[in-house]
Amino acid sequence: MKILICISNVPDTTTKIKLTGDNKAVDLANVQWIINPWDELALTRALELKENTANAIDKVTVITVGNAGAEPTIRKALAIGADNAIRVNTDPKDAWLVATQIANAVKSENFDIILCGIESSDYNGSAMGGMLSEMLDLPSVSSVSKIEIEGAKVKVNREIAGGFETVEPSLPFVAIVQKGIAKEPRIPSMRGIMMARQKPLTVLEPVAADALTGFVNYEPPMPKAACKMVDADNVAQLVDLLHHEAKII
Amino acid sequence: MNKILIYTENFDGKFKKSTFEAVCYGVEIARQAGTEAIALSIGDVAESELINLSKYGVARILTCNNPMLSTLDNQAYAAVISQVAKSEGAGIVVFSASNTSKAVAPRVSVKLNAGLVFSVSGLPKSLNPFVVVKKVFHGKAFADVMIKSDVKVISIAQNSFGVRENTTEAVIESISAGFDTSAIKTKVTNVEKSTGKVLLNDAEVVVSGGRGMKSPDNWKPLEELAELLGAATACSRPVSDEGWRPHSEHVGQTGKIVAPNLYFAFGISGAIQHVAGVSSSKFIVAVNTDKEAPIFQAADYGIVGDVQKVLPPLIEAVKKLKSEV
Ligand SMILES: Cc1cc2nc3c(=O)[nH]c(=O)nc-3n(C[C@H](O)[C@H](O)[C@H](O)COP(=O)(O)OP(=O)(O)OC[C@H]3O[C@@H](n4cnc5c(N)ncnc54)[C@H](O)[C@@H]3O)c2cc1C
Repeated sequence: MKILICISNVPDTTTKIKLTGDNKAVDLANVQWIINPWDELALTRALELKENTANAIDKVTVITVGNAGAEPTIRKALAIGADNAIRVNTDPKDAWLVATQIANAVKSENFDIILCGIESSDYNGSAMGGMLSEMLDLPSVSSVSKIEIEGAKVKVNREIAGGFETVEPSLPFVAIVQKGIAKEPRIPSMRGIMMARQKPLTVLEPVAADALTGFVNYEPPMPKAACKMVDADNVAQLVDLLHHEAKII
Repeated sequence: MNKILIYTENFDGKFKKSTFEAVCYGVEIARQAGTEAIALSIGDVAESELINLSKYGVARILTCNNPMLSTLDNQAYAAVISQVAKSEGAGIVVFSASNTSKAVAPRVSVKLNAGLVFSVSGLPKSLNPFVVVKKVFHGKAFADVMIKSDVKVISIAQNSFGVRENTTEAVIESISAGFDTSAIKTKVTNVEKSTGKVLLNDAEVVVSGGRGMKSPDNWKPLEELAELLGAATACSRPVSDEGWRPHSEHVGQTGKIVAPNLYFAFGISGAIQHVAGVSSSKFIVAVNTDKEAPIFQAADYGIVGDVQKVLPPLIEAVKKLKSEV
């Protein structure tokens, strides 16, 4: 089997978001870039599956849509353990454009399992994986918190209100994954970093496509009023405030 | 303007507040645009439940009740929704923001050649051009997003619009799936579900604990408080990573995003990734031994103190209040 993991290059989760003077863009100068957390867990899980299932998985490939600035992030995925990488050389303007590029890049590659994160931690779109599966006309399962391979079958757990369902999709399919899919993301080892330099990274030029959405303006969040402190010896006052002032209980 | 189609998700045959919220939102855009709003239900929902949608102003209710659609198959659901959107000439398809819409809405958008914006947090700023607002970077900024395609697909962030009753006369029309459902490519082989518990995503009040709770054995009073308030329980990431609490309780950037009326943070430091998941709560209460903990910057009410010492009198005070009202 061949597994593909779609990787989004995002600002570190601790980044303070600053806007440009005219509020038309997010100021991304001096930002630390990382692999989107869910994509990193997906990659970790794919590598576990490769190691744990005797020869079931031949190849783990990562793909990102991004310009040269995304290269360190996709290299990191190689250092973590992916076998090869693809970068489609264009600005990832929206999920539609990204899905169009990935669909085109992989349509003749016959991946058996495609893993995408449930959202990208920058624009929180929750769209790319679903769009990609539709463009490739493949079944998809979303909110996946567990994936197992049993012989020729793949079983996933999908979160539902109050629990989960076990779903068996026919292959090939797209799993859109969330928390739980792997315990901790893997960290590249020294050896992994060295080896990553030798691994193939293919750069593809984009196909002609347009984004269907555009960010036209930004606003900072509303400033928050100061926290009202209640004395630890007078806890009943908190309940009083929640009842009479906030009118919330 | 073209019609507004609202996908009305059900949970075991019942609608939730988030579904009615999407209906209210769609009905309001239809009113502004001078067009019609239509609801579409998929799966087994009784007429007595379907008619509840009309309380929120929708006059036509379509229902596709095919036994093959009793469990979610993303391709099949997307096929039904996009077919109805096409045959009705819908210009905007509205979802509530949920696991199901994350799975289905992007597929619908591809079928309709429509731009998608997930989790919008208010009515469109303008209909033409079509511009909606959403949170980005998990609440660290708001963005105005323009959808340039003719057809638009959006989902509505939970508790961002609210529900208002506006009863109309409604008709219920049964529709067929319109494709060969035996070709469905996913199969649900097992379901595990807890019943009777307040679910995190539905809860008006959430009682959450962090590493400051010190041990999984200390959760009793927290659960008692939750029970008293009809609240759901939640936790920070390290707490679920340690296995003190189930993954399903993890809130924050990489867990669940919640927007209750009231969020209690007991022994939670308030890391940026945690706050990202709770900042849409109407009120936040923090209890922490460290008066410098960043959670107090996100909170509306705070107590500097030990959770184990604060919880018992807090429970007593809530009991007293409940006995009075
Ligand atoms: C990519 C990434 C994603 C992440 N996503 C999430 C996420 O989704 N959700 C999330 O929660 N975290 C997330 N984190 C982790 C986050 O950075 C913090 O590490 C985490 O939120 C801290 O959890 P905590 O507040 O429970 O624990 P700590 O940071 O250990 O804080 C415990 C707090 O309890 C207080 N305390 C100790 N004893 C007591 C007592 N007896 N009474 C009262 N207070 C006490 C302490 O003063 C302290 O403030 C993420 C991190 C990364 C890198």
